[in-house]
Amino acid sequence: MSDRIIIQATINGEALEFLADERDSLLDALRERIGLMGVKEGCNNGNCGACAVIMDGRLVNSCCVMAAEVQGAQITTVEGLALDGLSPLQQAFLEEAALQCGICTPGFLVASTALLEQNPSPTEHEIRFWLAGNLCRCTGYDKIVRAVQSAATKMKG
Amino acid sequence: MQDVKYARAASVDEAVALLAKGGPTARVLAGGTDIIVQARERRRQVSLFVDIKPVPETQELSYDPDAGLTVGAALPCYRIYADPTVRRLYPALVEAASVIGGVAIQGRASLGGNLCNSGPAADSVPAMIVLSAVANVAGPSGRRRVPIEAFNTGPGTNVLGPGEFVVSLQFPSPAPGSGAAWERFIPRNEMDIAVVNAASYLRFDGQNVASARVAIGAVAPTCLLVKEAAEAVLGRPLGDETIKAAAAAARAAARPIDDMRGSIKQRKHLTAVLVERTLREAARRARGG
Repeated sequence: MSDRIIIQATINGEALEFLADERDSLLDALRERIGLMGVKEGCNNGNCGACAVIMDGRLVNSCCVMAAEVQGAQITTVEGLALDGLSPLQQAFLEEAALQCGICTPGFLVASTALLEQNPSPTEHEIRFWLAGNLCRCTGYDKIVRAVQSAATKMKG
Repeated sequence: MQDVKYARAASVDEAVALLAKGGPTARVLAGGTDIIVQARERRRQVSLFVDIKPVPETQELSYDPDAGLTVGAALPCYRIYADPTVRRLYPALVEAASVIGGVAIQGRASLGGNLCNSGPAADSVPAMIVLSAVANVAGPSGRRRVPIEAFNTGPGTNVLGPGEFVVSLQFPSPAPGSGAAWERFIPRNEMDIAVVNAASYLRFDGQNVASARVAIGAVAPTCLLVKEAAEAVLGRPLGDETIKAAAAAARAAARPIDDMRGSIKQRKHLTAVLVERTLREAARRARGG
């Protein structure tokens, strides 16, 4: 049987120590061991981006990371974007109606946050290229792209 | 997930020891974008992940005019395509590394993983082949070097023996008058698996092609180095006629399958198209364009 392992990591700014199964993915650990249900399981194979998180400054799919790998890492999930009220990006998703069922939304928010951190003034093409790893099956992408553009404009003040 | 254990290797020797002790179901974990999914979906039996990322040599990125470029096997794609030296000297490698999966994949996925996963459509492999890259392999009986075109033996299989793993990839310095290019056809613009991919390398001596390498992917059980395509352009100035002959040779060497991504006919056609395009772009770069 797999062993229980102790993991120490900084998750949404908080230093945490938690028990995980040695075979847990980061996605499993975030949802089932820590209770961060904003991290969604979509395809569980790296195609849909619903489980996207920021790990040590890089966007990754948490289904393609083993929990055991994150020892000492800094992780940001969608919950970590709203520590102080909704972020401008989250607000823009609301205003632009950039979601319907919402399953893909946390992944889009995390991925878009990573984009704007790296590129505060992305073109529409750059937004679409960056978000190619996030799939939405009901809203469509136009509203999501508009929300990212709108947030980028507001964030520049 | 299958009942898998996890071990962190801090050195090459430690990784070799862990892999040797773990037996055939011990698998290297680099970026994990293929192997974690395969283990979960039970497409590969895995009892132990040996995480090689803490091994310093697997994270190397260095260039020396004599030694060439060394890329650690576990270095994520984004580190490769963000590097100014790699962008300047190895644009064909940058072209492939920047479209392997999407951004979240490129944050983790590596050249070593792309090579060792041994997928017939692996995007970086034709680029590495035409750039004459070599895999630095470590194992229980020491080190050896394997040219990339000789590395994979079939879908999902390669020359690595028990306890062996790829530590880094070595690329020779670009010769004066040389250039290379890589292209892929997919139905989307991004985030998809190649229907066909191809890469070409040319080195000119005056007007004549002095050296050429052409590689194609997703059209055979492994990515292929097509010697007949290179021979079609060698020893003469590059022109429409020799380019068409090289494209026809690549098309003849392609032996694709019909699947949901493309038909045999389409893949053979695309092979010729992409070889022609990459030859033209390689020539443009060789001439300083």
